[in-house]
Amino acid sequence: MAIEVRIPTILRTYTDGERVVESGGATVAELIDQLETDHVGIKERLIENAEVRRFVNIYVNDEDIRFTGGLATPVADGDTVVILPAVAGG
Amino acid sequence: MLTIDQVTHDAIIAHARRDHPDEACGVVAGAIGSDLPTRLVPMLNAAMSPTFYEFDSGDLLKLYRDMDDRDEEPVIVYHSHTSTEAYPSRTDINLAGEPGAHYVLVSTRDGADQGGPVDFRSYRIVDGEVTEEEVRVVEAYTDAEHSEQKEH
Repeated sequence: MAIEVRIPTILRTYTDGERVVESGGATVAELIDQLETDHVGIKERLIENAEVRRFVNIYVNDEDIRFTGGLATPVADGDTVVILPAVAGG
Repeated sequence: MLTIDQVTHDAIIAHARRDHPDEACGVVAGAIGSDLPTRLVPMLNAAMSPTFYEFDSGDLLKLYRDMDDRDEEPVIVYHSHTSTEAYPSRTDINLAGEPGAHYVLVSTRDGADQGGPVDFRSYRIVDGEVTEEEVRVVEAYTDAEHSEQKEH
């Protein structure tokens, strides 16, 4: 088993167009490092100054990680991670 | 070019008027690849602001899950400007995250929230580049448009 990561349209350029990829790690931070190893360049689109970017949402099993410990949120095999860009503007 | 049916077009304007002076926002979903906006989903502006809009993060996840379940994508992402023209702001351009969507802006400035004509314009926003496009409002989508949609 692995951790399923759902990739939004705008980041699929990093995943050869794949909507869903597998990754691993014990925390969201580790999972993103693994994603970066497999899909170079994606990390910079997710993280800024060691925090999740303000207009990127990451969910572990439907919970926004901002409310569950941020990048330290634990993940395990069988979990589902969803990445969605905020829909926002001025 | 954006093709949109009259009912959906009018519903977007009604939503913008209802939420004035705050910005209104939402999505019109449609079958993947169809380019036909068919299912209006008005969203709550979690920012509740006259100068900013943002979908609530929980609502956002539910919206994308629903679209996934229905084999849909966001054909239109819309929001209103309540005191400026219906043209994407710098923030709109920086945060545009759906390169395949039509970005619709409506303006309720100058009393347009009360009645009269409302600016309703559509844009593509890709890699920071804004391209305005024609808006074609139709009574209903033609059989040809619909059958093409069903094939997907």
